[in-house]
Amino acid sequence: MANFIDRRLNSKNKSTVNRQRFIRRYKSQIKKSVEEAINQRGVTDVESGENVTIPKKDMSEPIFHQGKGGVRDRIHPGNDQYSAGDKIKRPPQQGGQGSGQGEASDSGEGQDDFVFSISKDEYLNLLFEDLELPNLEKNQLDKLVDYKTVRSGYCTQGVPANIDIVKSLQGSIARRIAMTSSKRKELKALEQQLEALEKDPHDHVAQEKKLQQDIVDLKSKIAAVPFIDTFDLRFRNYAKQPVPTSKAVMFCLMDVSGSMDQATKDMAKRFYILLYLFLTRTYKTIDVVYIRHHTQAKEVDEQEFFYSQETGGTIASSALELMIKVIDERYNPREWNIYGAQASDGDNWADDSPYCYKLMTQDLLPLCRYFAYIEITQRAHQTLWQQYQKVADTTPHFAMQHIKSVEDIYPVFRELFKKNTKQVA
Amino acid sequence: MPRRKKLADGPDWTFELLEQYQAEIARVAEHYRLDTYKNQIEVITAEQMMDAYASVGMPIGYNHWTFGKKFIQTEQTYKRGQMGLAYEIVINSDPCISYLMEENSITMQALVMAHACYGHNSFFKGNYLFQSWTDASSIIDYLLFAKNYIAECENKYGVDEVEACLDACHALMAHGVDRYKRPQKVSMTEEKKRQKLRAEYMQSQVNMLWRTLPEAVKKTKTETLNFPSEPQENILYFIEKNAPLLKPWQREIVRIVRKISQYFYPQKQTQVMNEGWACFWHYTILNHLYDEGLVSDNFMMEFLHSHTNVVAQPEYNSPYYSGINPYALGFNMFMDIKRICQEPTEEDKKWFPEIAGKDWLDTVHFAMENFKDESFISQFLSPKLMRDFKLFHIHDDDKENFIEISAIHNEAGYHSIRAALSNQYNLSNLEPNIQVINADIQGDRSLTLKYTRHNEIPLADSKHEVLKHLYYLWQFDVKLVEDNDEGKPVIIAQCPIPEVNTEKAS
Repeated sequence: MANFIDRRLNSKNKSTVNRQRFIRRYKSQIKKSVEEAINQRGVTDVESGENVTIPKKDMSEPIFHQGKGGVRDRIHPGNDQYSAGDKIKRPPQQGGQGSGQGEASDSGEGQDDFVFSISKDEYLNLLFEDLELPNLEKNQLDKLVDYKTVRSGYCTQGVPANIDIVKSLQGSIARRIAMTSSKRKELKALEQQLEALEKDPHDHVAQEKKLQQDIVDLKSKIAAVPFIDTFDLRFRNYAKQPVPTSKAVMFCLMDVSGSMDQATKDMAKRFYILLYLFLTRTYKTIDVVYIRHHTQAKEVDEQEFFYSQETGGTIASSALELMIKVIDERYNPREWNIYGAQASDGDNWADDSPYCYKLMTQDLLPLCRYFAYIEITQRAHQTLWQQYQKVADTTPHFAMQHIKSVEDIYPVFRELFKKNTKQVA
Repeated sequence: MPRRKKLADGPDWTFELLEQYQAEIARVAEHYRLDTYKNQIEVITAEQMMDAYASVGMPIGYNHWTFGKKFIQTEQTYKRGQMGLAYEIVINSDPCISYLMEENSITMQALVMAHACYGHNSFFKGNYLFQSWTDASSIIDYLLFAKNYIAECENKYGVDEVEACLDACHALMAHGVDRYKRPQKVSMTEEKKRQKLRAEYMQSQVNMLWRTLPEAVKKTKTETLNFPSEPQENILYFIEKNAPLLKPWQREIVRIVRKISQYFYPQKQTQVMNEGWACFWHYTILNHLYDEGLVSDNFMMEFLHSHTNVVAQPEYNSPYYSGINPYALGFNMFMDIKRICQEPTEEDKKWFPEIAGKDWLDTVHFAMENFKDESFISQFLSPKLMRDFKLFHIHDDDKENFIEISAIHNEAGYHSIRAALSNQYNLSNLEPNIQVINADIQGDRSLTLKYTRHNEIPLADSKHEVLKHLYYLWQFDVKLVEDNDEGKPVIIAQCPIPEVNTEKAS
């Protein structure tokens, strides 16, 4: 009377479409939540997905249901102290209290927000929707990393394991047809002659005998053509193909002079996280070079970059010089896509700014795919900004933005990398 | 009975072992005259179980974001360990589909088979509500038709359009049920054939109703006639048949949602009975197997452990209390009926003269077939059970600043408690009573609905949102009224919200 079916191997993601529908519908709320989340992320957890919070009221599905108040009669179990006629204080309202039927718990108010996780990919897609990498080019192929073996036609020599049977037999048929065609024509002619002779009322014994002998000879010649010959064999051919992966290096430049406090650095850090995440979408291997500077520039690791305190004046050009030097030594621009991001509070030695302009336009920008400068300050712009302004006016792959507070980071980031339709075309 | 070898008690299960248990359970079920649809038992994984959850028990669901939301919710609560998954899901269809989770031990699988494949299954087949309201043989076909139809609409009219329409229908889903008329049975092929004809026919009918050409002049004399002539409680049905501007495919979607709502309606009305019946039978069948010596002590211990958890009733002041547990109430009521039949006390003879001392199997079958929660409780809840549960009745009137215990489990309170508990399961008391009272077909085409209070309970604020959905379907003004103390209708919600008193001449 029963039929067992093992469904365990069936696809388990019956709800995938519905999940996507859900994300699609609440895209704006989810995006908002994702944008807020980026500000709270550490630089280390770029690999994880994200918890998304949507206010429950935004996604309720309204139905008609009974509200509060009125007269209610409920039956409860486990009476331990009451007698009929007892009057007791109304207990404070609790969600779902006394709702045997499920309905009321749906309508309970003051519920938590709806929290769920999205995967890393979903997270990045949402975060970087409509953004694109400027000036993306496939630089010289990376000779070290990847070769892929791909099929490339057939060849006449190879190891037995690579014999392609279909191709080889096709060759065999073709060869046999070609080699026997004249003999078969002859054979046909002889057979006709023989037939004609046999029909003839007169006897042609000698002639018939000769013809029969010829026919036998021809047949054996045809049969002697080999079924398969080394000539027929075809082998699958493989070739090694270099895989076009391009590499990128991201330079993080930051002013760590006394005027940069930890809050400002945190903002800069978030900006770098975004940039890093964004680059991971396009490049498999990304090197990050951290360069910090006050009056002197120094290449450091991430921890030191963000968390060590320095004091002193500011000479921005020192960082640019160091960057050029590092590129020179380690990152050949023909092999690497170079991105630069500089964060500063705008303070700079006034005499140094024109030199920065010169370094930027003449030496650095020709090497870079893109260079972004963000200035994190509440105050008015100073010389560095003005000089960079000139750079931005003349160079399309240099961008600069001003950040006042944490909330600005994400919009500014979007502004810097928004899809440029002209470039796409 | 010849002594037979004990069945293996696992804990791991195999398909052969499942077959053996199934065969034994089937044999015992037949002994107890359980009449079932053919069983189709599907073994699934936990993820698939969550999928099944998300589609609210429909084995084939159309695509909609709300199911995605349910899936995410289920997944979240499951992952955090706030909720265990149900051991089984069973679908009222012919053959009756039940899902077994692969993680279950063989004991749990046996429990689930007895519970779902024979308990629920026989309930679906035997209970009068299911017999008259649902058609088990055609539901799978119908759901498939619905899924394909909606997918087709999405292709033709865009996902957004279809989604908006479904949203609107879902908001009114509980009001898409015929409470009295019985729908006819249709198979999928017929449904498809009919669907095309219906689309054309319905549109022509609607056009007739709303035509504004000269013929209407004659009718103005009979203008006083109200339309609809009787108030309509099935709002979705009314929309499907009468909404002026709905496109044929939208009407069909309204119909699909309505049909599905109708299909689930009996389950809402028989929660206590259905679960009680299934628990009663898994308990009886597995004990029967134990008495025959077919299952081991280990098996029995594990089974009783799960069973006791399922039918536990926390007391009102327990932190785990969330209302009366339908499994506990139902199971104990069926056990109690059996007891009354077999060992009636003087009290039982006084309260249940018609069943005391009768054949218990006949009696429980009779009870299962002919009642729903509300009537089942008012018919069979015994004073003994009220004492066992220590039921008490709280009367809460929001005009007073106290609540009152109006009855407890004693001689004076039995009747009152039984009546109140029965009412607690009366759907027409729980779902707001809203009816279509007027569609202004001569004038501005506005639609008026009326809410009638039960026990002075007002309608919750969500009414404004729901009306927006109704407006989407009706596409002309929609009003919701309620009689005030003097019996005059006052508007409690409307859509669109009128701008500051423009003249209402039209």
